[in-house]
Amino acid sequence: MHSWDPRIEEMPKAELEKVQYRLLKTLVYRLYSFSDFYHARMKEAKVHPDDIKTLADIRLLPFMYKSDLRDNYPDKLFCAPQNDLVRYHVSSGTTGKPTVVGYTQKDLDLWTTSLARALTSCGIGKGDVIQVSYGYGLFTGGLGLHYGAERIGATVLPTSVGNTERQIELMQDLKATAIACTPSYLIHIGEAAERMGVSIQKDTQLRSAIIGAEPWSETMRTRIYETMGVRAYDIYGTSEISGPMFSECSEQKGIHIWGDIAIPEIIDPETGEPLPPGEHGELVMTVLQKEALPMIRYRIGDLTQILDEPCPCGRTHPRIQRISGRVDDMLIIRGINVFPSAVEHAILSIPELSGHFMIEVDRKGSLDDMLVRVEMAPEALSDKINDLINIKRKVEHTLKNALNVAVQVDLSEPGSLPRFEGKAKRVIDRRVF
Amino acid sequence: MQGEYIIKQISIFSENKPGRLAAIAEALEKSNVNIYAFSIAEANSFGVVRALVDKPDDARSVLEKLGFAVQFTDVIAVRMKDQPGGLHEVAQILGDAGINIEYAYAYSGREAAVLILRVSQAGEAISKIQAAGGSLLRESDLG
Amino acid sequence: MFWNKEMETLRGKDLEELQLKRLKWTISQAEKVPFFKNKLRAEGLSADSIHTPDDVRKLPFTYKTDLREGYPFGFFAVPRRDIVRIHTTSGTTGKPTVVGYTRNDLAAWADLIARNLTMVGLTPEDTFQNAVNYGLFTGGLGFHYGAELMGMMVIPSATGNTKRQIEMINDFGVTSIHCTPGYALHITEVVEQMGTSLPTLRIGVFGAEAWSETMRQELESRLSINAYDSYGMSEMFGPGVAFECPEQNGLHIWEDCFLSEIIDPKTGETLGPGEKGELVITSLSKEAMPLLRYRTGDITMILEDDCPCGRGRRIARIMGRSDDMLVIRGINVFPSQIEHVLLGIPEVGDQYMVYVDRKNHLDEMTIDVEMNRQAFSGELDGLVGLQTMISRKLHDALSLRTTVRLVEPGSLPRFEGKAKRVVDRRGDL
Repeated sequence: MHSWDPRIEEMPKAELEKVQYRLLKTLVYRLYSFSDFYHARMKEAKVHPDDIKTLADIRLLPFMYKSDLRDNYPDKLFCAPQNDLVRYHVSSGTTGKPTVVGYTQKDLDLWTTSLARALTSCGIGKGDVIQVSYGYGLFTGGLGLHYGAERIGATVLPTSVGNTERQIELMQDLKATAIACTPSYLIHIGEAAERMGVSIQKDTQLRSAIIGAEPWSETMRTRIYETMGVRAYDIYGTSEISGPMFSECSEQKGIHIWGDIAIPEIIDPETGEPLPPGEHGELVMTVLQKEALPMIRYRIGDLTQILDEPCPCGRTHPRIQRISGRVDDMLIIRGINVFPSAVEHAILSIPELSGHFMIEVDRKGSLDDMLVRVEMAPEALSDKINDLINIKRKVEHTLKNALNVAVQVDLSEPGSLPRFEGKAKRVIDRRVF
Repeated sequence: MQGEYIIKQISIFSENKPGRLAAIAEALEKSNVNIYAFSIAEANSFGVVRALVDKPDDARSVLEKLGFAVQFTDVIAVRMKDQPGGLHEVAQILGDAGINIEYAYAYSGREAAVLILRVSQAGEAISKIQAAGGSLLRESDLG
Repeated sequence: MFWNKEMETLRGKDLEELQLKRLKWTISQAEKVPFFKNKLRAEGLSADSIHTPDDVRKLPFTYKTDLREGYPFGFFAVPRRDIVRIHTTSGTTGKPTVVGYTRNDLAAWADLIARNLTMVGLTPEDTFQNAVNYGLFTGGLGFHYGAELMGMMVIPSATGNTKRQIEMINDFGVTSIHCTPGYALHITEVVEQMGTSLPTLRIGVFGAEAWSETMRQELESRLSINAYDSYGMSEMFGPGVAFECPEQNGLHIWEDCFLSEIIDPKTGETLGPGEKGELVITSLSKEAMPLLRYRTGDITMILEDDCPCGRGRRIARIMGRSDDMLVIRGINVFPSQIEHVLLGIPEVGDQYMVYVDRKNHLDEMTIDVEMNRQAFSGELDGLVGLQTMISRKLHDALSLRTTVRLVEPGSLPRFEGKAKRVVDRRGDL
């Protein structure tokens, strides 16, 4: 399978590490000099750019957390002049304010290049028709994959999310050969197609799927291949590091993290100590060439491990295993990150509710279904069903706006939801991946 | 015989706007149908009028002639003591048996208060109520 | 300010020469499409029959229904490998209209948007919030690429979540916004309700639905912005076909890319400047999907006088439609699409009425559907479920949220002759 940029992708490991060291050193110097935030952090950690003498010295550098983004909302962490920013993306935060990521033209180019490499490594290229069924707009999935697919010269069909029957019709009529979406949506498409009497395997040209933004498994991969005849490739990224950036190659054995773009580390989430390849822990990312919102040792919160042995595909860049879980209570609902704290924040803003709530997550068919049970405040009760329906709608609307994902809402009687002493356990997740 | 305790309720689709109930009532009056009990369930722009009447078949045909969408629905009717605790007794029996009440309405009959129930499992509800010593009405007992 | 001064101000003989050259090229490009090839051959026409741009009148019209016949790829004039993007737009029945783009098409489209945005005074220093739908709809990605080409900061906010949109305008210092005029008014109201203002915002570009001078004054005074009208359609790339300049007196239609005519929609006869009729466009630079004398269905007229800004031909703001197409919150809806959906649902009768209203400045479409007597189960849940199912199917077909009301059998008006099932109560804009 050919590479998008063989010179870089197949560079000998020792040489790649030299490139990484040089880029890391430049990054650290730049941020120490130009970023108030990183300067203060490095001072606090008593580390100076001169202390970084080898690639392994990256572990001397302080971590960066999601809370740093929140505390510096919206743009206090940006290291590029306002004039050089060409894009903002916004994702859900842990409370009321979202996480904002700015991009320079170079940031967009690198993101697109990263995806061009990734898509090529899955065997997709000019002549392919890629249906991009990730959400467009502020969510990075849609525009990210869109630009990547355009870069490799494929035909882009920007269907965005929703309207599954129409998606299947277009897939069939416009002869889509590849699709980018969440794993659960792909399975949902398969099931909906079956109900429509359409066999993805026989009646469409679809042969590969770039799926990510939520956890999935080898079992699902097998199921997708057996029921739809589609080879599924895992794609990884979060908006903080630009968006979806890295994917499996045609070997389907771990996700290649382009070494000239990012350095992955695995740490013990409790102690922060680096763990060796093959050991399971929290993924920490340093993004080497990001201009607008640089990331040194960002604690993404995903659990995985680094795979050390060389990949048979010939690419020399490090690989990580598929994500196995989270270190925090973040939920992923239909590809969207949802923090229970954001649900709480939204519910407390609605006077008709008591403030107590429970979150129940299930798989309905193949799609995630999040139910939020809320309690009516006694003074909001009404004898008209329509009043109750309107309160329910208001809660649904407020939650949808806060979380960017539609959730079900159930009104419960005052006093009926569990009360917690100590740490509340408000989330019941019944999904099996 | 459980079947004799299953009562035919007439359910009428009606838009939620002035004059619709009057139209239904007028039609029933003209064909000399007596209404024992009725209730209205509302969604937003429409509702379902539910009624127990003395001549359900006549009622249905006259309403259908006027263009209404009409269906029969199986319900059961239970005698309640017309005193505190009457409803509790019946509801407790069904609750203990894990039978869900989808909706209910009541009327004060000549000899006792009557509770009309639409339940998930009618047959089972009938036997549980009977086993607990409750008293059910047949269609001919209504009124 | 000009983005491409030479093309924007090209007049007289130079313009005619360019148009003639491009029209001949477009005809030869169109001949790669069997539909055009057959039509041209039947009338004995070819690029050689064209000697001046006005000779376009010799060519046959192309209708939206023709595009339906070609679904999906029948109108592509280039090999499929060279198509890098596909958009779709509402068709008149079940299938959408498919539009393909080559790389050059995308570049030409982005260039037109950059012209438009530069013309109204935007520069790379500006921050642009693109509050329209992304995806298959051309409004989102079209403006996105043009604004990015200029080097502006682009916020792809898409639609919905008005409070968040307002927060972003203020938190990010947004200077310009693109959305439908109805949504702009909605934002205005929410801003006022929130007791806040939008001090950084200075320019609004509004399109995809008809609006008026009154609405412009309202938007400009309440938001303290300059508001400009944007016109286009997916069949001609998307938005960007014509745009207002700072004079705010008519929309400049880009003559190097589009040859425009106004015709009498009944007779097909060409009308002169100042005469109201249907806009017909022939593309001059489209590679993937050239279109000859495309009947847009939009009613407007060509404005007579020269514009002080120095650019060429202007058309008046769109005054209506020559067919029954509705524009609801920027989305084109053909009543035939609604009928098509309802006929596919056995639980409802074939009787329906469509009501269009404006609530809080946003279009609302309500569809009354007669219940089918046999489908009534007697249970409320079944009815609610049916209503939800119909809304979902309509949403899938129209890409639009509608309110569906089940009504009693026999309660809707019956028509003899031509049915009038659409009641548009929006009144003056």
